[in-house]
Amino acid sequence: MRVVVDFDLCESNAICMQIAPDIFEVRDDDFLYILDETPSEDRRSNLEESVQRCPKQAISIEE
Amino acid sequence: MHSSITIVGASLAGVRAAEALRSEGFKGNIKLLGDEAHIAYDRPPLSKSFLEGEMTSEKLSLLTSEKINELEIEVRTDSKASNLDIESRTLEVNGEVEEFDALIIATGARARKLPNTDKINGVHTLRSLDDSIKIRKSFKSGNPKVVVVGGGFIGCEVAATASNLGIEVTIVESQDVPLSHVLGEEAGKVISELHTNNGVRLKCGVEVQEIKGDSQVEGVLLEDGTLLEADLVIVGIGAVPNTEWLENSGLTIENGVCCDQTCLVAPNIVAAGDVARWDHQGYGKSIRLEHWDNAAEQGKHAALRLLQTEAEALPYAPIPWFWSDQFDRKIQLAGISSPEDDFEVVVDSPDEGRFTGIYGSEGKLRAVLGINRPRHVMQFKSLMENKASWKEALDFAKEIG
Ligand SMILES: Cc1cc2nc3c(=O)[nH]c(=O)nc-3n(C[C@H](O)[C@H](O)[C@H](O)COP(=O)(O)OP(=O)(O)OC[C@H]3O[C@@H](n4cnc5c(N)ncnc54)[C@H](O)[C@@H]3O)c2cc1C
Ligand code: SF4
Repeated sequence: MRVVVDFDLCESNAICMQIAPDIFEVRDDDFLYILDETPSEDRRSNLEESVQRCPKQAISIEE
Repeated sequence: MHSSITIVGASLAGVRAAEALRSEGFKGNIKLLGDEAHIAYDRPPLSKSFLEGEMTSEKLSLLTSEKINELEIEVRTDSKASNLDIESRTLEVNGEVEEFDALIIATGARARKLPNTDKINGVHTLRSLDDSIKIRKSFKSGNPKVVVVGGGFIGCEVAATASNLGIEVTIVESQDVPLSHVLGEEAGKVISELHTNNGVRLKCGVEVQEIKGDSQVEGVLLEDGTLLEADLVIVGIGAVPNTEWLENSGLTIENGVCCDQTCLVAPNIVAAGDVARWDHQGYGKSIRLEHWDNAAEQGKHAALRLLQTEAEALPYAPIPWFWSDQFDRKIQLAGISSPEDDFEVVVDSPDEGRFTGIYGSEGKLRAVLGINRPRHVMQFKSLMENKASWKEALDFAKEIG
């Protein structure tokens, strides 16, 4: 699976980072960076939680 | 196992509940009933980007028709529930009796109004899409003078949006410092300055005496005798949970419908979102939140609760978190702060336009405030989840500061 973030929607509130810090990082410049674009299958449930918790619906998972 | 679950309130908590039921494998009927004409939509942009006129209403949707088909749920708009009877497991929808096996109460809250202002044109509250559309229209007609009554988060956001559009706006706030009941005085002052620096006028420490005007609003009279001229008044004085429809049901209502630690209200009945007051195990008291993230998460938690036995049920005890966007500032608060807490700015300073501050009492970290500091807010939120002490929080601040 592949993590896709719509950066036009993302408002860098870092909720995804708190849920999956190995995949998402909001750095000091206030931008979101994807640390791991193709996480392993065992990260799926965390990633799905990030998708749901993102207030901007900016994250999606491509298979 | 239940064969049909009815969700009353088709907004964030309700939609998330429906989604959670399906992803947990619930195969029975799901009805999602809402009394608005619109299908579930997202509210936070209503005082921000949508109000500023950058967004179409389709972009607010929380439930597309594809999603409805995929979830196989029955969604009904303009459907008002009333007369819940927990013995017979029935309720009325627009006056017609319907049965259910299990029920999710997600009727949210509505904006509190100023008394005797219903008939005056140009006085608005802001809760629904229709409210936001009306205010947006008024913002664009002529060059209205706007008064915002109440300097809470929604009032401050509306004022910031108006000001971004070049509209003359005044906030009237009864406290001496806006938001100080949540953020404390020091941080409240930072927000006040943000507004005054951007041209918003603030009238603080004074109550509204009367809204002037017969059919059309003309002004706002304050208790100190000041008369503020106004073509448009937006009232942001808090929200009231929508529990009237439960009044004769026998359920306990105390500024919200009361739930146990797991979001259960009564057998086969749960509640979630702005309408729900529940026993928060972590805080050892009952709380009710009006936060986006809570409505989403609690909707899910409450829905799953219906599929669990008492032994399987988990307490719902998150660290609350919300954001507010005003001008170019993203304000975020995690935890529960009180004006009596100690407050310390730990990274940067208010003068720089971005900082992180923490709240503590009794040796514990209680909350974190970030102004354009999302990363730190989440880091301190994790500390709170681990019940960090004030000292641990200060040590951590040194590491990142
Ligand atoms: C303008 C605005 C800006 C906001 N900004 C932010 C923000 O920046 N950050 C943040 O964290 N939170 C924000 N919030 C709060 C957030 O939107 C709410 O916490 C969230 O909408 C709560 O969702 P809910 O599903 O519990 O209730 P609601 O969204 O209130 O929905 C309840 C629904 O139930 C319906 N209903 C009520 N009674 C009945 C009945 N008897 N029968 C059928 N239907 C009924 C209502 O009409 C409504 O559609 C904002 C809210 C508003 C209004
Ligand atoms: S949760 Fe969503 S909006 Fe927030 S940083 Fe992550 S992707 Fe961006």
